[in-house]
Amino acid sequence: MEKGLSVENLKAYYFANNNVIKAVDDVSFTLNEGESFGIAGESACGKSTLGLCIMRMLQSPGKIVDGKIIMNGIDILAMSDKEFTKNTRWKRISMIFQGAMNALDPVYSIKDQLKEVLTQHGFPQKNIDTRIREVIKQVGLNPSVVNRYPHELSGGMKQRIVIAMALLLEPEFVIADEPTTALDVLVQAQIINLLKKLKKKGMSIMLITHDLAIISEIADNIGVMYAGKMIEFGSVEQIYNDPKHPYTQALIAAIPRLKDRKKISYIKGSPPNLANPPKGCRFYDRCLHTMDICKHDPPLIKIKDAYVRCWLYED
Amino acid sequence: MVNPVVKVQGLRKWFPIKRSLLEIIHAKVEGFVKAVDDVNFNIEKGNVFVLAGESGSGKTTVARLILRAIEPDAGSVFFDNMDITKLDNNDLKKFRINAQMIHQDPYASIDPRMRILEIVMEPLTAYKIGSKKEKEESVMKTLEEVRLEPVNDIAYRYPHMLSGGQRQRVALARALILKPKFIVADEPVSMLDISIRAEILELMQNLQKKHEITYLYITHDLSTARYIGNDIAIMYLGKIVEKGPIDKVLLNPLHPYTQALIDAISEPDPNNRFVEKKIRIKNEMGKEIMYGGCNFELRCPYAMDICKTEPELLEVEESHYVSCFLYPK
Repeated sequence: MEKGLSVENLKAYYFANNNVIKAVDDVSFTLNEGESFGIAGESACGKSTLGLCIMRMLQSPGKIVDGKIIMNGIDILAMSDKEFTKNTRWKRISMIFQGAMNALDPVYSIKDQLKEVLTQHGFPQKNIDTRIREVIKQVGLNPSVVNRYPHELSGGMKQRIVIAMALLLEPEFVIADEPTTALDVLVQAQIINLLKKLKKKGMSIMLITHDLAIISEIADNIGVMYAGKMIEFGSVEQIYNDPKHPYTQALIAAIPRLKDRKKISYIKGSPPNLANPPKGCRFYDRCLHTMDICKHDPPLIKIKDAYVRCWLYED
Repeated sequence: MVNPVVKVQGLRKWFPIKRSLLEIIHAKVEGFVKAVDDVNFNIEKGNVFVLAGESGSGKTTVARLILRAIEPDAGSVFFDNMDITKLDNNDLKKFRINAQMIHQDPYASIDPRMRILEIVMEPLTAYKIGSKKEKEESVMKTLEEVRLEPVNDIAYRYPHMLSGGQRQRVALARALILKPKFIVADEPVSMLDISIRAEILELMQNLQKKHEITYLYITHDLSTARYIGNDIAIMYLGKIVEKGPIDKVLLNPLHPYTQALIDAISEPDPNNRFVEKKIRIKNEMGKEIMYGGCNFELRCPYAMDICKTEPELLEVEESHYVSCFLYPK
């Protein structure tokens, strides 16, 4: 049995108002045990939907229509709901949701909210307090905060609580959806260090964010998504030092740097409407290297362990 | 020194802490949040002055005071040598033609029930400038200037039909239509996707050159600040702790707070994942703020006894000001 997570030809669509929105369209990648993975892309490229698919939490009108998500050799999409809820969700894969720090229930103390997760999963009653203490310490907070209510905590503390919640059942795999967005830079740096620490302890983190700088702090591999497609996948070194896809190149060129005041560029236009995506390459309208052949679906071209979906690299 | 367009002197705004009715009746001594406390800076003509800091540092309050959206408790703001804190309503109106604002969130700052044409035209209507036809022409010209093309199509659309970047350009067009000399931009690109941020920044720069517009650029993002700014002031809890030409401040930060902020920034680099981020500050900011002395003292790694008294903002090297006892007179 191979350890790790692999997503194969995943398709997840939203069925709304007679439209089919292809939010995740034929996405594949493999993540070895202990590796961390970053998914980069702009708003509405399907990156959060991909995270929700792996948690099997995609809600109607969204639906996984095809593909496999294989974790440690088992297809989690083939499991029954009951089995998945009992043994996999939160126990093996958990998620730090986007903006979750604002979703803490204001009328329950932190302890009650953490406790709920444990009781729901049949954690032995007598160990609950110890486990909560452990996990709170692990995220770098003083255990006394558990008696407080969300409004008494700062943004950074709330974000740590949300991370603690994802760690309660010691999952091997955590999906973090924009875990540092909306935090001040100093707090952001602390949360990044916390994620680095968890990674060192052997946890796989799948980091979903639009911020390529944050991804470089955590991820070993990066998948770049554009309009529902994963258009490039590769190691961090490769994506930053030698990006292949014109979109990845443009995205990296758009980041302003503090230490280097070079001219930054932008991508003209806006992403296509996913209810009616253009035929062929979805980046066609905005690409600087378009050719006639780009009107056809670009092939997936493997370069060692990496891949890119672009006609430019077809021999 | 060139004559500055905007001069801010001793600006102060303390918000009283609201308490229960009973306490108010008994006239208990109230506490204050010192949102802006003795702030001084000058903005020279055609420059971009960046006001940077974390949330709650008072940077937006400074902007609102400068435009006199709220009244200051003390201090003055000179615009073209005219103290705007003392203007009467008539003169204030004239001032506001010259000073406009762009807000952070283009999804909230433009009315969803108005067409783009009406949104951009509204300032002209409010100031009764031009006939209907002139107003329309002016809108079309401004839309062209912010590259919202084709203008004849965009003008008749509603905001929900535009992308975030396009909406922000509508906000920019609305600010530009009165041909202001001065624009306050409050985090104008922080809600936008990274791939289109540069487009808005470039547009702002082009307009700056073309119309000699002076900007006050408010942000928490120091990388963008370096890209667009000429001068910068770093705010912490209502006070400016460091200010000067942008390269001096960001490449050679002197105040411990500025140093901590710069260490905390991530830049895309594949080697990042092998090293921990350096965190210089001691603890998270508490809810209870201690005034008196240096505001940063409780979090500062270099705090000394003398930090219990208030540091002055002093010129440490040429035009580089720091408010810290580490740098004696």
